[in-house]
Amino acid sequence: MNKKKSSIKLYIHYISINIRCMMQYKSSFFLNVTGQFLVSFTVFLSMFFMFKRFSSVEGFTYSEVLLCFSTILLDFSLAEMFARGFDSFSVMVRGGDFDRILVRPRGEIMQVLGSKFELTRIGRMLQAIMMFIYGIMASGITWNFSGILTIVFMIIGGTVVFSALFLIYASICFFTLDGLEFMNIFTDGAKEFGQYPTAIYGKKILLFTTFVIPYSLFQYYPLLFLTGRSGNILLMFLPLGACWFIIPALMLWKFGVRHYKSSGS
Amino acid sequence: MGLQYRAAALAGIVTQFAWGFLEILMFRAFYRADASAFPMDFSALSSYIWLQQSFLALFAAWMMENDIMDSIVTGNISYELCRPISIYNMWYTRSIANRLARAFLRCFPILAVAVFIPNPYGIAAPASLLHFLLFLITLILGLAVTVSFCMLIYVLAFFTVSAQGLRIVFTSVVEFFTGGLIPLPFFPEKMQRVMELLPFASMQNVALRIYSGSMGGYEMKKAVIIQVFWLVAVTAAGKLLCHVAEKRIVVQGG
Repeated sequence: MNKKKSSIKLYIHYISINIRCMMQYKSSFFLNVTGQFLVSFTVFLSMFFMFKRFSSVEGFTYSEVLLCFSTILLDFSLAEMFARGFDSFSVMVRGGDFDRILVRPRGEIMQVLGSKFELTRIGRMLQAIMMFIYGIMASGITWNFSGILTIVFMIIGGTVVFSALFLIYASICFFTLDGLEFMNIFTDGAKEFGQYPTAIYGKKILLFTTFVIPYSLFQYYPLLFLTGRSGNILLMFLPLGACWFIIPALMLWKFGVRHYKSSGS
Repeated sequence: MGLQYRAAALAGIVTQFAWGFLEILMFRAFYRADASAFPMDFSALSSYIWLQQSFLALFAAWMMENDIMDSIVTGNISYELCRPISIYNMWYTRSIANRLARAFLRCFPILAVAVFIPNPYGIAAPASLLHFLLFLITLILGLAVTVSFCMLIYVLAFFTVSAQGLRIVFTSVVEFFTGGLIPLPFFPEKMQRVMELLPFASMQNVALRIYSGSMGGYEMKKAVIIQVFWLVAVTAAGKLLCHVAEKRIVVQGG
């Protein structure tokens, strides 16, 4: 218990170091926040203009897609804010910095997480929260208890899945020494394409995102329930089911750590 | 150099392929919803997307030279300043060479596969020989404009030291206005008309649209003239700024 407490304390300390470090370049920091904001804002704008031209896509209206887009963005930003330390993990492995982490008497996941805390992602976060509030208000859904619960589950499920994906991305570095660009399609790509309900990409993609990487479990299916397309109460709990994905991710990480051979100089 | 990391190159190609594929699926969904609202032929759109993926390295604004950025932050820039050549020209040629090399490695596998994807989802033949020639010319012009713009960012990094922020702002603006997220014809007409005058439209937009013949004769002529204009203007601005920066530079670090 005590160890856990001190771990959290250390994590907060890591974050504060990172923040102070970033504040050394103030103008760059603010531009960074603006930039992050713009990145997701332009994606929203393109969606907005698409719907100006086409009124609906596969039966989904603008407000429904907006809700979908904003929850995915929020999931991604939450996961990214805390788990993006894994993003630059390849640098850590290649430089041999991971050795230093292993010899310290603390959990290695926590240390990697703390190594890079992206405060600049606050821009994206801000954008996500604004979008989310807008999405909730514009959705035209009457927010009863089960509706609120569904959306909370969606956020939990999504954040867990994205964090798991970041973890997998990092674990692969143990074997390849380099971040595989291919993983981008599952993280950034999922955020980009996940703005539309997964069903619009066709049956095969829907199957893939249901059974292999469970995007649909926290996106498409609960959306069906939320928008009243389906009354099946089971759909509400599916996002929690998506959390299974963290287990293989953790296993892969453990496996990777055990097989780690230092490459640094 | 790209060939030294074969697995990475292959992974990159697969990624781009998957990306293009998903994008086409997305547009297909909209096409099904309302085909009459689609501003270009579906096969023209598919060609646009596959070409965009093939030549990503030529136009991607986010693919900047990390070495240059790092040298400004760490102070290694002083070595380059000692050399008796203009750093602007040196960086410019280096960027162009790097982008060409990367694109050269990547474009053929993607194009080769895209050719065999059945019509309207694969890449179609160019509208005519003239269109193809114009495509090549505008491709090169577009590359030059893109690099000129990136040069502006490098030079501005002299003033902000850590250019990461500047870079993200720049990248997102470029991606949006150049038709990286959705092609320009999908924007409302009034907006599109303004966007076409901006320097960003002179990057990938012109070449990719000329290839599939979704631009008229007059439009093409206008687009090329705008490209040349922006190339000259942005390069001149970059050189001027570089000159100012070189005079007031203070190298930090040792």
